[in-house]
Amino acid sequence: MLEYTVGAPIADDKAPDGPIEDRWSAHKFSAKLVNPANRRKHRVIVVGTGLAGGSAGATLAEQGYHVVQFCFQDSPRRAHSVAAQGGINAAKNYRNDGDSVYRLFYDTVKGGDFRSRESNVYRLAEVSAQIIDQAVAQGVPFAREYGGLLDTRSFGGVQVQRTFYARGQTGQQLLLGAYQALSRQIDAGNVELHARTEMLDLVVVDGRARGIVARDLVTGEITTHLADAVVLASGGYGNVFYLSTNAKGSNATAIWRAHKRGAYLANPCFTQIHPTCIPRSGEHQSKLTLMSESLRNDGRIWVPKQAGDPRPPGEIPEDERDYYLERIYPSFGNLVPRDIASRAAKNICDAGFGVGPGGLGVYLDFADALERMGRPAVEAKYGNLFDMYQRITAENPYQVPMRIYPAIHYTMGGLWVDYDLQATIPGLFVIGEANFSDHGANRLGASALMQGLADGYFVLPSTLNDYIARGGFDEVSRTDAAVTEVETQVRARIDRLLSVGGTRSADSFHRELGHLMWEFCGMSRTEEGLRKALERVPELRAEFWREIRVPGSGAELNQELEKANRVADFLELAELLLLDALVREESCGGHFREEYQTPDGEARREDERFSHVAAWEYGEKPVLHKEELTFEHVHPTQRSYQ
Amino acid sequence: MKLTVRVWRQSGPDAEGRLVGYPVDDASPDMSFLELLDVLNESLVEAGEQPVAFDHDCREGICGSCGVVINGRAHGPERTTACQLHLRSFADGDVIDVEPWRARGFPVIKDLVVDRSAFDRIIQSGGYVTAPTGSAPDAHATPVPKPDADLAFDNATCIGCGACVAACPNGSAMLFTSAKVAHLNSLPQGQPERARRVLDMVDTMDAEGFGGCTNTGECVASCPKGIPLTSIANLNREFLKAARTSRR
Repeated sequence: MLEYTVGAPIADDKAPDGPIEDRWSAHKFSAKLVNPANRRKHRVIVVGTGLAGGSAGATLAEQGYHVVQFCFQDSPRRAHSVAAQGGINAAKNYRNDGDSVYRLFYDTVKGGDFRSRESNVYRLAEVSAQIIDQAVAQGVPFAREYGGLLDTRSFGGVQVQRTFYARGQTGQQLLLGAYQALSRQIDAGNVELHARTEMLDLVVVDGRARGIVARDLVTGEITTHLADAVVLASGGYGNVFYLSTNAKGSNATAIWRAHKRGAYLANPCFTQIHPTCIPRSGEHQSKLTLMSESLRNDGRIWVPKQAGDPRPPGEIPEDERDYYLERIYPSFGNLVPRDIASRAAKNICDAGFGVGPGGLGVYLDFADALERMGRPAVEAKYGNLFDMYQRITAENPYQVPMRIYPAIHYTMGGLWVDYDLQATIPGLFVIGEANFSDHGANRLGASALMQGLADGYFVLPSTLNDYIARGGFDEVSRTDAAVTEVETQVRARIDRLLSVGGTRSADSFHRELGHLMWEFCGMSRTEEGLRKALERVPELRAEFWREIRVPGSGAELNQELEKANRVADFLELAELLLLDALVREESCGGHFREEYQTPDGEARREDERFSHVAAWEYGEKPVLHKEELTFEHVHPTQRSYQ
Repeated sequence: MKLTVRVWRQSGPDAEGRLVGYPVDDASPDMSFLELLDVLNESLVEAGEQPVAFDHDCREGICGSCGVVINGRAHGPERTTACQLHLRSFADGDVIDVEPWRARGFPVIKDLVVDRSAFDRIIQSGGYVTAPTGSAPDAHATPVPKPDADLAFDNATCIGCGACVAACPNGSAMLFTSAKVAHLNSLPQGQPERARRVLDMVDTMDAEGFGGCTNTGECVASCPKGIPLTSIANLNREFLKAARTSRR
């Protein structure tokens, strides 16, 4: 078992004092400014082009900085934010239903199960309204009413209608907005874009982040890029579980290498599990597809009362069905929060009642809704989701119930940042899903897009400005030992991967790691299971370095090399994730430790001991630094849905 | 299922390419087409051979990364992306040909991977609204009639996969360009740059080596997102109007 030590607590998160509603404006006012004419002398590296990275790159370039931007995809428009379906929250109160910045702040802190920072979350709620204005000005085609005004809907059990949406592809439309703004800056020469290029390490000089080492994925060329600050917007690490809703290329390399260079990694075990995913159909499965949670508004979830019932669902009479969510949670029924719905599905399948291949699925049945609303109404509301389901499973959900199963969706953990979104390495800024700061142990629906764009369009451009204005940037030469050493290490690692010449593919290791993580560190975790996994992961890592086979060379487009390089990082990150889960002896958000539950089986937080952020420092033995969380405005309460 | 996959292998942009046949014995009808390539690749890696390079990422039909010509059709026999095509669309024992997008505007990089950055350059030349961050007017300040918003949205669904170019006998990028023009030009926010946008984007499209449009309609038949042919008619109209009235 991996050992760790406890280090000094984190004393200062740089959150300003004073009334919560004034903190961000006061902070912005006290931030130093850089003369527009001086900005072009500064280079800023941005890694990633999703909602966070794309919006940050566009905004910084527009402010006058010279931005050097990277994405591993062939185009910045393909970052995984493109796949978000549901919507984006904003406290506009356009519906006059009592919404406000304070209410959005309140819902978000509560939804995060009291493991996020009040100051950050308030700021997020505050700038949310501006995000919508910005996106509309860019031509993002949000859904509208006949009067020409924006339409909104409610989401994730919230009692107001604050979610703006663009059919089922809000992520794509918002991303295209940011991509277009970035494209404009590329054309103007303010952004130097490196597509199909992957960050492989961080360059730290005199304690400050000053550049990255990257690999051109087409030519294999390894290059060093220097700058005055580095922004990581490289997304989450959910693919450590192999099967997740993340894009295949989503990886942890950028944040993990930064972690190994000194940036703390916070709350790695906080992963969000989404209940409405299409179940896997077999071993060949490469990824999972999510269906919008809105389906739970009208669909009823059930399994047969008899374990292993072989009959098709239509032949199982009403009184032989177990509508288990309605039975256990009568007041919320099928609309319980994501973590509750996910865990209930896993429990019932583990008990042998699951349906579909391998018994890993439950029915999501629209028969009642079809009868009540009529097919045209169901089609208008959910038609595209039904079509998608039918395309993937070849089953018609108008005739037979859909099957769903939970899946890893979003990681709330990430690099630790202060209120300025700065990591523990000065000059390293981390935004969007790559940081840990705003979601706590859980994430409300439609809040991920909001955070990515808030960080990129509004927060970072102010705080990074302040960092640059404070100056003190000595000239860094490409030939400095601190720079060349990183490049040498990157090359050595690639050479090593290419020279092992083993028998197993990167995917085979990745799948094995994923099985292990899902089994022992998925929705439900026990000390025993976590200890088992903590024994196995280092063994698997050793096998990887003995048995990996990467054909081809490093001087060409080599997708196996890309995969192997990323899997090597997942194999290290996994161990810290397990350790974090083991140390956190409480149930919180999507993270359920079986030893910590209420008598009726609900998650039991341990506020006395764990009302803190666990920020891990890399070392021979990981060092745990705690940042205490204080709640002045939203008082922690037990979440109950019964 | 037993299938034979004949894949276009080309080690680099200037190398000669050819179709190479590979048997796959353990395919399942529930596999997506890209999972078939995964299975093939894993066996190639284990045999110490070079796996087939292909572009893919989200595998949910929205990122636009994937794109291969399957049995002569962009994205294959169904109107969807290659990642959402499943083997149940094929029969046991089938021989399936897989090739990259073929068009002057999309040079081959390796095997099935092509360079589609010309699309980015078309967007860079005018496919945006100039809207500085941080000072936008309230979103309700400019109402947008619902039909206009819907038209904009229908065109904004383009994922930039390039199937339209691959399917076109002329290698034309008209459908892609017209989608972006129709998206932005039908919104009030897009009006100030309306004429300049279409002129610049069409110029760039031509300069990137894409062919002209002869209204064949293959682009529409292969578009996984259903961008309509009327968008091209709209592009022509916008272009003529802008060419006659533009003050640039």
